[in-house]
Amino acid sequence: MTNLLLSASFAERFTLNFIKEDRWKYIVDGLGVTLTITIFAVIIGIVLGMLVAIVRSTYEKTGKLWLFDKICRVYLTVIRGTPVVVQLLIIYFIIFGSVKIDKIVVAIIAFGINSGAYVAEIFRAGIMSIDNGQFEAGRSLGFNYAQTMFYIVMPQAFKNVLPALGNELIVLLKETSVSGYIALQDLTKGGDIIRSRTFDAFFPLIAVALIYLTIVMILTKLVELLERRLRNSDH
Amino acid sequence: MNIAKKILITVLAAFTLLSVASCSSSEDANTLVMATNAYFPPYEYYENDKVVGIDPDIMEAICADLGMTLKIEDMEFDSIITAVQSGKADIGVAGMTVTEDRLLSVSFTDPYTTAKQVIIVTEDSPIATPDDLAGKTIGVQTGTTGDIVITGDYEDEGLATVERYNKGNEAVLALTQGKIDAVVIDNEPAKVFVETNEGLKILETEYITEEYAIAVNKENTELLEKLNASLAKLKESGKLDEIIGNYIKAE
Repeated sequence: MTNLLLSASFAERFTLNFIKEDRWKYIVDGLGVTLTITIFAVIIGIVLGMLVAIVRSTYEKTGKLWLFDKICRVYLTVIRGTPVVVQLLIIYFIIFGSVKIDKIVVAIIAFGINSGAYVAEIFRAGIMSIDNGQFEAGRSLGFNYAQTMFYIVMPQAFKNVLPALGNELIVLLKETSVSGYIALQDLTKGGDIIRSRTFDAFFPLIAVALIYLTIVMILTKLVELLERRLRNSDH
Repeated sequence: MNIAKKILITVLAAFTLLSVASCSSSEDANTLVMATNAYFPPYEYYENDKVVGIDPDIMEAICADLGMTLKIEDMEFDSIITAVQSGKADIGVAGMTVTEDRLLSVSFTDPYTTAKQVIIVTEDSPIATPDDLAGKTIGVQTGTTGDIVITGDYEDEGLATVERYNKGNEAVLALTQGKIDAVVIDNEPAKVFVETNEGLKILETEYITEEYAIAVNKENTELLEKLNASLAKLKESGKLDEIIGNYIKAE
């Protein structure tokens, strides 16, 4: 390996892996797919997670929505109890068994549903961390339960769980790397395809790793900025 | 006579001791690690929790000849050459076609069999010749000859969409579910897939003919020579045809 790095063939191997036959396109197109899946899955995950968290914490606080709470519990158990790659294959080969469907949509649904389960527990922790006095204050101001939840409790909860949410976003981005299992050409699969053509492990794998790392660093920074912004409103 | 016998026995005993000693000192040298992708019947597939098929049988016969122990490692097809190149495996045997690109990274033994690339479609498919693949979605296994050829002939020309599955059976499953229009894969696995899935057929026109060989690390010329010598013996004795005949019925 050191030999490879030091020798003049470094440039040659770079050319072979990325320039020849426009192989860089596998990486760029793959990155586009990875980002598309991640962005839409995050949106589904947050909406789904928020709904589940509200149902669960409402049940815990008031004993209402008993049936919905049971359904949510089953959802959480099943999704958190099975690997995401298995869920992805089930959704592709079984649930959409004989349907011609865009695989990006399949992946977005699979990762969205998966992420929703984790986001739900993050949000529930956030809601439960808000003092009951906030609820009482909301109710005494004439808000009903739903209004109290949306205008008073959720904004505070969101701020508390932001670091955990940022973490989930990072995990989700990296988990999409199993999309290749349903023949979707995401970033990881793009690298794999180059590897299957050039038989060089170094360049494709390191390039893919660096791209993931860069995106995660950008995301971390963005979450940090958002955190600081929200903290300003404390005063 | 007696003395000659004694000497012979002593020498044999010494050799045995030596070989045992060399065995224990470098166990690795006597184990031949074979990288393969066991989703490629009848060349390699799982049966009773064991990888079996033409390739494992051939390698068992070669190892018996060379006095080595075979160890099979199942991995993704596109990782096999990298594994051989980096020394993670001694050889790659996976119904692997000798291609110029692969020869840049590894050496190949003499070919042990020939194979064809064929097109699998559903029975009611309008696709009748390779030309009909234009405008269709074609499933392949990542990194296989089918993938390389279809990518070059159809995707790069903007003629068709290629979907690359990790395993051949997954591409076939997608075909039976109507997700893709055709699968391009090696003839023998194609036969098995068509037999086990209803409503599929193999097009008469074969796509391309190729030769399978064993991939060996470029620096390991000694192993390459040994394998070639052993392979020649198997061919001569008819053992090779016998192994292949066990799995592939003559048409």
